[in-house]
Amino acid sequence: MAQTQKANKAHSSRVLARRETISAYLFMLPSLLFFVGFVLVPMGMCLVYSFLDMGIDTSAATFTGLNNYIEMVKDPTFIRSLWNTILIVVVSVPVVTAFSLWVGSAIYPMRSKMRSFFRCVFYLPVVTGSVAVTVVWKWMFNPYNGLLNQIFGTTGFDWLGDTRTAIWCIIMILFTTSIGQPIVLYVAALGNVDKSLEEAAAIDGATRLQIFWKIKWAQIMPTTLYVLVITTINSFQCFALIQLLTRGGPLGTTSTLMYYIFDMAYNYQRFGYANAMGVVLAIFIAIFSAIQFKVAQSDNG
Amino acid sequence: MSKTKSSLDGQSRGYKIFVVIVLALLAVFFIFPLYWILTGSLKDAITINARTPQWFPLEPTLDNYVRLFKQPAIQWLLNTIIIAVAAMALTCITAALAGYALAKKRFWGQTVLFSLLVCAMALPKQVIVIPLLQEMSALGLNNNLLAVILPTVGWPFGIFLMKQFSETIPTEMLEAARIDGASEVRTFVSIVFPMVKPGVGALAIFTFVNTWNDYFLQLIMLQRREVLTISTGIARLQGEVSSDFGLIMAGAALAAIPIVAVFLMFQKYFTQGITMGAVKG
Amino acid sequence: MKHFISRRDFLKVAGAVGAAGALAACGGSSSSSTAASTSASSSAASGAAGGNVSISLWTYPIGSWGGTESKLDDIIAAFNAVHPEITVTYETLDYQNGDNLVTSAITAKETPDLIMEGPERLVSNWGANNLMVDLSDLWAGTEEDIAAVSASVVSACQLDGAYYEYPLCMTTHCMAINYEVFEQAGALQYLDQDTRTWTTDDFVAAMETIRDSGLTAVPGILYCGGQGGDQGTRALVNNLYSGTYTNPEHTEYTVNSPENVQALELLKSMVDNQSLNANAGFQASDELQQFANGTAAVTFCWNASNKAQYASQVTFTPYAMAFPSDDGVPELCGGIWGFGIFDSGDAARIEAAKTFIKFVCDDENQAAESVRLTGFFPVRESLGDVYEGTDQAENMGEFASLMPYLGDYYNVAPNWTEQRQNWFNMLQQIMVNNTPAQEAADAFVEASNP
Repeated sequence: MAQTQKANKAHSSRVLARRETISAYLFMLPSLLFFVGFVLVPMGMCLVYSFLDMGIDTSAATFTGLNNYIEMVKDPTFIRSLWNTILIVVVSVPVVTAFSLWVGSAIYPMRSKMRSFFRCVFYLPVVTGSVAVTVVWKWMFNPYNGLLNQIFGTTGFDWLGDTRTAIWCIIMILFTTSIGQPIVLYVAALGNVDKSLEEAAAIDGATRLQIFWKIKWAQIMPTTLYVLVITTINSFQCFALIQLLTRGGPLGTTSTLMYYIFDMAYNYQRFGYANAMGVVLAIFIAIFSAIQFKVAQSDNG
Repeated sequence: MSKTKSSLDGQSRGYKIFVVIVLALLAVFFIFPLYWILTGSLKDAITINARTPQWFPLEPTLDNYVRLFKQPAIQWLLNTIIIAVAAMALTCITAALAGYALAKKRFWGQTVLFSLLVCAMALPKQVIVIPLLQEMSALGLNNNLLAVILPTVGWPFGIFLMKQFSETIPTEMLEAARIDGASEVRTFVSIVFPMVKPGVGALAIFTFVNTWNDYFLQLIMLQRREVLTISTGIARLQGEVSSDFGLIMAGAALAAIPIVAVFLMFQKYFTQGITMGAVKG
Repeated sequence: MKHFISRRDFLKVAGAVGAAGALAACGGSSSSSTAASTSASSSAASGAAGGNVSISLWTYPIGSWGGTESKLDDIIAAFNAVHPEITVTYETLDYQNGDNLVTSAITAKETPDLIMEGPERLVSNWGANNLMVDLSDLWAGTEEDIAAVSASVVSACQLDGAYYEYPLCMTTHCMAINYEVFEQAGALQYLDQDTRTWTTDDFVAAMETIRDSGLTAVPGILYCGGQGGDQGTRALVNNLYSGTYTNPEHTEYTVNSPENVQALELLKSMVDNQSLNANAGFQASDELQQFANGTAAVTFCWNASNKAQYASQVTFTPYAMAFPSDDGVPELCGGIWGFGIFDSGDAARIEAAKTFIKFVCDDENQAAESVRLTGFFPVRESLGDVYEGTDQAENMGEFASLMPYLGDYYNVAPNWTEQRQNWFNMLQQIMVNNTPAQEAADAFVEASNP
């Protein structure tokens, strides 16, 4: 029996490979249905639309070649939205990561009651819901009956209407809704750090800083990468905040690409142009994700 | 330098006290919005608009809630629950199957498919919103909760997460099962699933919270007042009354209370679940 | 080898999982079926048995025709008493999200049959995009009646010979002051209470008096953000030095004319000396709320409908005024509201929708009541004074006295949707960003003109 199998090995491995491929696809079928149906197909349509001059009367769309893409390069609001998006990501991702690591390591050594209290507190804005959080901040930012001006005695100061403060208000609220999950993750990751390694290093005369970087940091690296990924996605996709608080204003200072695409599609009803921006954004994000993933993998390995 | 040192294991007493004070202040800052929602919802118009803040509602009124429930607010809440639960269940089932296949099987097209999923992971819904809307209307699902549920399930983050989890299953166990003559399905049900269960838990919480908090898809897909969710419902109220903060806070409270309550009751499982998502990643 | 029979098994289970998924999903939708099915039936099931037709109506907040306290149920009940064969379902929109919802509905090809709004959307946007039904047949008998009230209503409702709106009511948008605050501050001397007008100089003096009195947190708020309420700031700017918003043909914007630039500079100087506050984060409804709270002594976004909406909140007398103008002769912006029909291609539903419009606007027992519910004034001369003898008469009197100041209806100018965003951007540029008025106004014109 065993010998026959060996003899047929070349043949059967091909058969096995085919079986494996089929069974793998069968396992993935339900997921792929959703993914292809509600992500890939729309993405393909988006690509087609990006070459059309299409308004709200979609039947009157005409082919316009690369015009939408050319317009984008010349559109100051698009450029501005791109920069705002990058600003939000570049500011909030490191701040959220560093801050949550600090809070995580500060509450990790505490008694378990305290620890879970703080963990809950920082997670609270996440479960409160983005819209609920947004509307209460809108109230607190109100120039005349908002709490902030009442506290600071600056009646009439328009936090969300001032070009200098608006985007920072958005980033601040985004921050409060983003750090909950990373803190929980870091507390858990610190709990998994191998104590014996630390002790061994201490005996070898390593400084505490060295211990932190060489041992703890290395061991919480996977968590950090995960935090980076989810925080980046979160920051990229912040929409409710902008739509409900500033609508991209004042003067486009809080307009992000996500908001601008929506604005073009819905308020200006320029579907073709909105889809062209969508395509560019999708490519941008795909490259970004791929790089992030590669980095993560090489670091893990 | 010395500060960094002590922060590592908290040797310095002074630093410890400093940390507790900072954390306590931050805690106030993080709890406050929720507190302000709850108390704001109990204040009358005059108190809300007063130029000096009333830190605690001295004469609480339910008037805002009375006005809120003139809207189909309970229906909004139900809709939100339906969407979140359905999206969670579907995502967990499909992602567990797909994640296992991606992690433990070698098949044609694997690399391409996986790269595609990774690249699409961060894709915002705004990009595909117009085609998605047209697709939903072609399927007759406009103004139907399924129009929000289906695209949520299509988001490949779950597959990615479950793949990471399935990597940890020892290949020998799968081999052993195969040699014992277990069918693929048997193997999945009795070996794979129990091992990735914590991952499924993590994904369930993640999907539930995210769907509950989602706003954009709901805004686009649901227009009729009766099919709104709690998020879009509050947004609609805000559009109608703008600065009538009492009514808006009542809506926000209705959105926040159920999930905050669930969270506080099950916070241990929540935090465990969230943790599972990453430590294995 | 035979142990390896997995494919079939797998299919079975995969099928089961799929079914479970489908069940979960269906369970989801069926528990909400009350909601989902009513919405589907209104637009899908139309020409059903027995000549029964179901149509849907969407309304923007126009008096009691929309908003949180709408009287739509009463209106539909009155309609059904005469036409029991037509079922009407409705949806109330707001100005912040309403346009998005309609855009979604159009994209999803599930538009309502009837929609109530003004020509800037019905005609210039949806009508121009061939989404609306030509209502010329409805106009056939009433054009004269409407033209007798205002010829501009007739021209505003049509585009290239087709009528996309059948109007019900109109008003003039004006501003309002907090009467008691003005009285206490001694600022009443600056306004002419007989005509409800004031000159630009008087307005400036009044606002400075209010500022110096310190009776309100701010004298007034120039809101520079948002989607709606632009009619208020437009009229303010145009009137101060008698500028115009567009050329007489409504083909080009003239916001950068010397008169308008002078007006913008004046407003900027008032912001700088704090007799006005400019809030880029504010939209009209926020400003109104602050007026109602007594935080600001004036509002630039006033009409009968807003007065009714905030009536329960104000503890003072909101006193309607025309916008200040250098020559003392204001030209107010008009608002025209009426109905349009989205072209569903279903003749029975379109006919039913027309029946509804006809009933609401022209039925001799209903028409006056329909207008009263909007809180505005009729566009048909034959209706006369619809408020005479009602308890609203006194209330409406102040707005009726402003009707003669109705100016040119230019809201049919091209790129209307875009120019609205540009307008708010321009105000923000000048008021918040300190861009010279001329430069910002030139930029507005360049961006808005076709």
